Amino acid sequence: MTATATQAPSTEPVGPVEQVKGPRQRRTLRSRWLGVWSALVYIWLFAPIVVVVAFSFNDPAGKFNTSWNQFTLDNWLHPFAKADYTAALVVSLKVAAVSCVIATILGGLMALAISRYEFRGKGLVNIVLVLPLTTPEIVMGSSLFTLFFARDLDFGFTTVVIAHILFCLSFVALTIQARVRGFDWSLEDAALDLGSTPWRTFRTVTFPLILPGIGAAFLLSFALSIDDYIITSFVAGDHTTTFPMRIFNANKTEIPPQVNVIATAILVFTGSLMALGTWRSLKRAKL
Amino acid sequence: MTIADAAEPAVSTGRKPVIEIDDVSKVFGDFTAVDHADFTIAEGEFFSMLGPSGCGKTTTLRMIAGFEMPSSGAIRLQGQDVSNVPPHKRDVNTVFQQYALFPHMNVWDNVAYGPRAKKLPKDEVAKRVDELLGVVKLSDFAKRRPSQLSGGQQQRIALARALVNYPKALLLDEPLGALDLKLRQSMQLELKRIQREVGITFIFVTHDQEEALTMSDRIAVMNKGRVEQIGSPREIYDHPATVFVAGFIGQANLWPAVVKANQGTTTTIEVAGRAIEVADDRSGLRPGDHGTFMVRPERMYVEPQLSDPDRWTVDAVVTELVFQGPVVRYELRLPDGSGAVAHVPARRDGLPIPGDTVQASWSDESSVLLPGSPDQAPTVETGPPITAPPVTRD
Ligand SMILES: Nc1ncnc2c1ncn2[C@@H]1O[C@H](COP(=O)(O)OP(=O)(O)O)[C@@H](O)[C@H]1O
Ligand SMILES: [Mg+2]
Repeated sequence: MTATATQAPSTEPVGPVEQVKGPRQRRTLRSRWLGVWSALVYIWLFAPIVVVVAFSFNDPAGKFNTSWNQFTLDNWLHPFAKADYTAALVVSLKVAAVSCVIATILGGLMALAISRYEFRGKGLVNIVLVLPLTTPEIVMGSSLFTLFFARDLDFGFTTVVIAHILFCLSFVALTIQARVRGFDWSLEDAALDLGSTPWRTFRTVTFPLILPGIGAAFLLSFALSIDDYIITSFVAGDHTTTFPMRIFNANKTEIPPQVNVIATAILVFTGSLMALGTWRSLKRAKL
Repeated sequence: MTIADAAEPAVSTGRKPVIEIDDVSKVFGDFTAVDHADFTIAEGEFFSMLGPSGCGKTTTLRMIAGFEMPSSGAIRLQGQDVSNVPPHKRDVNTVFQQYALFPHMNVWDNVAYGPRAKKLPKDEVAKRVDELLGVVKLSDFAKRRPSQLSGGQQQRIALARALVNYPKALLLDEPLGALDLKLRQSMQLELKRIQREVGITFIFVTHDQEEALTMSDRIAVMNKGRVEQIGSPREIYDHPATVFVAGFIGQANLWPAVVKANQGTTTTIEVAGRAIEVADDRSGLRPGDHGTFMVRPERMYVEPQLSDPDRWTVDAVVTELVFQGPVVRYELRLPDGSGAVAHVPARRDGLPIPGDTVQASWSDESSVLLPGSPDQAPTVETGPPITAPPVTRD
């Protein structure tokens, strides 16, 4: 069957041909100012980051890597020279890995349930989901401290993980919910209709299609977890120290350049992940 | 053999029933979406469900597919009660309204989804997919993504994907609704060809009466959750059972009528102040009952003088004449003030013009008496039916 589309005669509106000078000049002027203004905003945003990166190549004169002394690659060649910082980084990564995997699974399931099904109390669940985002961290941290203390829990890795799951959960659920909003649920019907079991349908249709959303949610919660200081410091106890805690606790006595190196490495890593994600979705959009 | 005979319902020709809808109702809250539907669909039949939007077509289809459970009644597939069997265990497949192709798979994998889900061996999957892609003439597009195909091509992929499991019946929910007119017409022929080729029962849902008439062996006309009539296109067009069906399928002059007398199958009625006989009356109306008298516009003759004394005739005045190419559309006024519409072949000469007094006539087999009043006719999306204003007498 061939449907030959006959080209309709061009119906493009024929507008006035000659350009009026005035508005055009004004527009270029306006866009020039817009450019300058945007540049200033970007400098404002990125100056601290540039400083962090630059100072990772500094050979500080004293214990504080805060004023420029001399260029060196030493810090980058020995990023893990400071054992206690490295240990704190490992703790942070472990906390993030465990809590984000759990938060992504739980939050993802919540997002699917909320988007897919109608059930009693759905509105309430939605409100409860947003609450942790609007609660000040200091309030959440102190409440968790009270809660764990009252239960007589040992403060440490477990309590930190529980706390991180808690504040990541909302971010994950809301991120995935936003991605799933336009999902065509008739695709699931189509799969079931073709004889696929509900589990196989989830594995081969639903999950691959919402995977980008899940990935984004996981990265976001990972970043939140690595970054958190306030809540963590309430529930970490005396023997568990995460990377942000380590830096904060030490900043009266020293700031070694390895902090900058690790911070830069994290920056580059997450930056390239984001670039990859953007590139892939652009490529898909172009298909 | 007449055309009407050729289009006899397939069930009566002794073919085996594939799907039995046994007194099925579906209630959502306190809203009845499907109201005591009861019919049987035979093997190899092209069966349509036709009705205005919201009349319960999709709900009926979803119950057959297993996405909704009937509130009461039973659905049988080849004699087996499947009312509570989940969709993935039913041997019917669906072409969805918006196709629902898997966007992350190419065309080949889309079509292969069904046989793979059924865990068929690899070479059997490949054989079937290649065969079905051939049937829908899209073998060259196997490696494309659905988003790279046109609407008509996506439509055919959805068809191939649903047919590849060789289901007992194929369910199609307004599959041509998203296509433009030209493509829709060629897809109608294509669907008929494919159905003949694979020999599978098609259950086709549409709100387009022309489409249903063109394609179907039998049509179930639905209105507000109820099946108003089931029959061949010819039967439904020539002998509508209700005013709704008469108004929904094609165009109809519908006049209020009062029954005067019954003699066998012939009924004498009063229409527009005249006594008229209706032959082969199936309305079941008794003397004194009110009903609706129907004549299709293209069955009306408009002449200066009646040329055939066997026809029934009324005096009329031409109020409007519209040239429509092959036919001329007349709007007429009858002596009692009611209106009528007639479509007559556009001859070169001798056509009455507005203001002329004419004889509007029809032959015996062209009129139908229906129970109910003319205002039960639907207001159809495809142009309103022609309903004459009520007869006024002073
Ligand atoms: N899940 C549902 N819940 C409530 N009402 C529904 C549901 N599904 C369909 N309906 C209602 O049932 C009626 C028939 O719908 P549907 O079968 O989709 O009609 P059609 O396909 O003929 O346009 C509509 O009024 C619709 O609003
Ligand atoms: Mg529908």
